[in-house]
Amino acid sequence: MKAGSVFRSPLVRWLALLALAAGMIIFPRAASRYWTDVAVFFGIYVILGLSLNLIVGEVGLFNMGHAAFFAIGAYTTAILSTQYGIPLAWLWPISAAAAGLFAYVITRPIIHLRGDYLLMVTIGLNEIIRIALINDPGGLTGGSNGLFVIDRLRIFGWTVSTPTDFFYLVWGFIAVLVVVLLRLQNSRIGRAWNYVREDEIAAASMGVDVRWAKTLAFTLGAALAGGAGTLYAAKMRIISPDSFTFWESVILFAIVILGGMGSIPGVIVAAGALMVLPEVLRDFMEYRMLFFGVAMVLMMIFRPQGLWPSRRWAQELAQDAAEAKSAPAER
Amino acid sequence: MEIFAEQLMNGLTVGSVYALVALGYTMVYGIMRLINFAHGDLFMLGAYVGFTVLMTFFAQSGLPLWVILLCIAFAAMAAVALAGVAVERAAYRPLRRSHRLTAVVSALGASIVLQNGAMLIWGPRYQAYPAWAVPSTRFEVFGVSMTSMQLLILAIALVLMVALYFFVQRTVLGMAIRATAIDHDTARLMGIDIDQVIRLVFIIGPALGAAAGVMIGLYYRQIHFTMGWAYGLKAFTAAIMGGIGNIPGAMLGGFLLGILEMLGAGYISSAWKDAMVFVLLILLLILRPHGLLGERVAEKV
Repeated sequence: MKAGSVFRSPLVRWLALLALAAGMIIFPRAASRYWTDVAVFFGIYVILGLSLNLIVGEVGLFNMGHAAFFAIGAYTTAILSTQYGIPLAWLWPISAAAAGLFAYVITRPIIHLRGDYLLMVTIGLNEIIRIALINDPGGLTGGSNGLFVIDRLRIFGWTVSTPTDFFYLVWGFIAVLVVVLLRLQNSRIGRAWNYVREDEIAAASMGVDVRWAKTLAFTLGAALAGGAGTLYAAKMRIISPDSFTFWESVILFAIVILGGMGSIPGVIVAAGALMVLPEVLRDFMEYRMLFFGVAMVLMMIFRPQGLWPSRRWAQELAQDAAEAKSAPAER
Repeated sequence: MEIFAEQLMNGLTVGSVYALVALGYTMVYGIMRLINFAHGDLFMLGAYVGFTVLMTFFAQSGLPLWVILLCIAFAAMAAVALAGVAVERAAYRPLRRSHRLTAVVSALGASIVLQNGAMLIWGPRYQAYPAWAVPSTRFEVFGVSMTSMQLLILAIALVLMVALYFFVQRTVLGMAIRATAIDHDTARLMGIDIDQVIRLVFIIGPALGAAAGVMIGLYYRQIHFTMGWAYGLKAFTAAIMGGIGNIPGAMLGGFLLGILEMLGAGYISSAWKDAMVFVLLILLLILRPHGLLGERVAEKV
């Protein structure tokens, strides 16, 4: 029996999952407040990574402005909470809907753009949103100082305030989300998405509505990121434009690619690597980003399929490489 | 009218810098279909190298100013051309045959390395070019006031652009670049060494970028390790405006972007000027995705 096939056995899988769940439940009671906080932010990045994975990973759309949707969620929450006193628990779906609607409206005219053009448009979008937040239109966004969220998140009488509360909320949500996303991957929609990613023209000729598939992925991904914005605002309590820069989008993009396109466990592993390692390597703070950049280049050269590749994506890359070898055509 | 003329002059000055940087993007894109995200940071590196050479060798030299400026510009161009070749060798060449996304991520990685490398070498704070190094005579031409620095930037940028245009259109090496941009394999069959051509492009582009970096350093005087990103993004916008892969297009796009930005800053709002640039980019991509001078490219099946 090979080592890999042990994990294929259902019993081992269930036991591993059970152990993981038990570990997650015990974690905040065993770990310090500080590490629980780290785990909460790690979790928020996992949600963001999973949301971007729908767009970049599943459909192969180059979105390097994902922080814009995250920002819209966070600011919708902060503005509606401070101005109108709407409870944060309601604002979670409202912020998600706002970000999703924004993505739907904004991507309709640009969704047909290919590759690099879409990349530039999303970067531009990210910058427009950030500049708008700094310029404080109508006194809504508080300029570069940002906004302070006074209200606490209350869900069915449970006040989420300590790091431990947030830990359970965020990771509980991730558990549900992962199940939903796994189901989605193997559904008609998920397969259509992967088809579009691998060969758009073939997908269209087989009857997949490419435009619809892309718009759906963008809208869903943005809505999920907007929801993460509510969690972030509730946790941080102060939000400012600095948290939603282009580099934030780059980090999210890197999480998806480094983890392995379309791979849910890959996103979690990569988010962990990018969020937790810097905490461990605090002494090397100055070299952290340098190291990160070098790692990005080396990963792409030596392991382009990502840390934990999804089977479909690994196959596609292998196919690309084989084609490049057999026929050195095109460019 | 006075504001208009003045903003036009500012726009032309900044625009010539955008145009020089845009040329680097457009040449690399034309040959490799890759957005060289590290290009903006090579521009930043140029500004820093020029600054360091100026402060170490010419601080008390007593040489005439134009000799000093020429020397630091050449030093920056040479050093950054070397860095450009190194980036290509380390981050792009191993990925030439792989998926587009992997090359994009590698380019971002290279950009992060350059930025943080510069931060570690020169520190996280702003550095300032000294005032004595900046030619600051004021002129009045037809009632429009301009500084000698502005005229110098415009003149040098124009000379470099004309030189590049003739190099690409009239020399054998230029022909090799054009042929490679059209079709790698046919070019190779005609005896063109593709690796050499790519290396050449990664010498010319970063050298032009470095010259632009020194100009911006002298013009605004303050330089920072993150500046490459802001200028790079605008220059890339300029390249798209003109039609990516098109050399005259990049020049036109650069000037146009600079002028529109400065007019927008003067007449509408300076706080929103960057946002206006990106709105313009998005509108342009929706209405005319192949740019002003670019040709419509059919998607390959």
